[in-house]
Amino acid sequence: MNTAVEICGVKLKNPVTVASGTFGFGREINEFFPIKELGAVAVKGLTLEKRLGNVSPRICETPSGIMNSVGLQNPGIETFLREELPFLKAEGVPVIANINGSCIEDYVRIAGIAAKSDVDFIELNISCPNVRCGGAAFGQDEKTVEKITREVKAECGEKPLIVKLSPNVTDIRVMALAAEKNGADALSLINTVMGMKIDLKTKKPFFENKVAGLSGAAVHPIAVRMVYQVRTVTSLPIIGMGGIMCAEDAIELMMAGANAVAVGTATLINPYSARDIKNELVRYMSDNGISDIAEIICAAHK
Amino acid sequence: MSDIFNCEIIKKSQCFEYTDLMISAPEIAEKCRPGQFLHIDCGKGTTLRRPISICEVAGTCVRVVFQVKGKGTKALSECEEGGSISVLGPLGNGFDFSGERVLLIGGGLGVFPLLQAAKTAGKNSVAILGFRSADAVYLKEDFEKYCREVYISTDDGTAGEKGFVTDIQKRIICGFDLVMTCGPDIMMKNVSAVCRDNDINCQVSLEERMGCGTGVCLCCTRTVMRGGEPDNLCVCKEGPVFDSREVYF
Repeated sequence: MNTAVEICGVKLKNPVTVASGTFGFGREINEFFPIKELGAVAVKGLTLEKRLGNVSPRICETPSGIMNSVGLQNPGIETFLREELPFLKAEGVPVIANINGSCIEDYVRIAGIAAKSDVDFIELNISCPNVRCGGAAFGQDEKTVEKITREVKAECGEKPLIVKLSPNVTDIRVMALAAEKNGADALSLINTVMGMKIDLKTKKPFFENKVAGLSGAAVHPIAVRMVYQVRTVTSLPIIGMGGIMCAEDAIELMMAGANAVAVGTATLINPYSARDIKNELVRYMSDNGISDIAEIICAAHK
Repeated sequence: MSDIFNCEIIKKSQCFEYTDLMISAPEIAEKCRPGQFLHIDCGKGTTLRRPISICEVAGTCVRVVFQVKGKGTKALSECEEGGSISVLGPLGNGFDFSGERVLLIGGGLGVFPLLQAAKTAGKNSVAILGFRSADAVYLKEDFEKYCREVYISTDDGTAGEKGFVTDIQKRIICGFDLVMTCGPDIMMKNVSAVCRDNDINCQVSLEERMGCGTGVCLCCTRTVMRGGEPDNLCVCKEGPVFDSREVYF
């Protein structure tokens, strides 16, 4: 049985990866299972300088999901490269560096630093709803997506560039094409869906940043729809994510057009989720007489 | 090393607004430390687990006591004896017993995680337990089994002394070389200040809205001073117990 997929020339032993911001830098989950069992690991969103993130509260539960407002807390890319990346490389799992900035120049600089490192992919995050400057704003305007993709791609050298798309747009196909035409090697979607909660006691928004990112099972049908739509306009590799709680959810996204998937919120509930989903996926293939994962990918378009 | 266990509910009782559960958890009972917590799947349509501190270890069982605060704890309070719950744990760092004479100061729900600490600290320890009123007083007899002395304070004076735990703390602090405290932030802030004035080490057990419990989502952070600069650390992984001098209240 073949479970391996190739994304931009990098072989993933299976299509199950994890979503940035739900897996730290891999160390904690590696205490539960060997993370090298996964296809790849997307690390916590990185910025040029250390960021302390947003003030608490940063999370709340919603029907069939959660909202978060972490605000890209991270130690900065240099500390990541020095103190965290060697561990991930030693574990032998492909690494997706999720990069962020508050202006295009920041993205260009951080991409240049990541390009000279041992990471396997650069994931351009233009869809984080939880920062005041930058973030999702870059992913919501076609011209900005074009410009930022073009300028970041120029710094990426040989590293494959994944552009992570925001679901908070009128037509995600427009953004996918804008990224593709300007050098994106792959796409990842969807980031969290922008939401809000009002605290009944204070009569004010629950999160200091007012808006927050909705994830979990509640957003899965949105992810399936958007991956399907994007697949109709591009042949770029797609890493599909959004509310994958079990193997069936992952398979659905792959049938909709994803070449690989990323487990996110599920890891917050059960640290074994990504591995369990990978194992269930293998069982599904075996139970259904599927000898190659390629038979699942894009099946809904055939 | 923590893991996920399906734990049978051996005994359940309800008193005042508290639910008191004894669950069968041999692996957790064997390795957990006072001050650590469990991340419990409350079922009934909840998404995230809920962090509940370990109150006591009894043989192969672990006791947790909690109050209904929202949807999750409500669902958990409706569990039944003989049923089972999914538990991730033990999690967090726990208290550091680097003192001979330990003073335990708990307020409200913060009293519960201190019981196992009292057991570990032994007969040299003294507890000050603060509650709203007499009907909220819980675990007094349990603490009396392990501590040399137990003081009770209530806001309205219906049990023990009327006033704050710090009123008692100020009076008896001299004989101790370590304070462990858990309760409302304002109480821990005041307890920490008394400790600072008396140059006594103080460990505070913090609470924050939590996601994963394992340190991957960075949702439950508190700002602490460490290594000479402020940093946001996860209560679940770097805590819940911190040196009071590190914490910004």
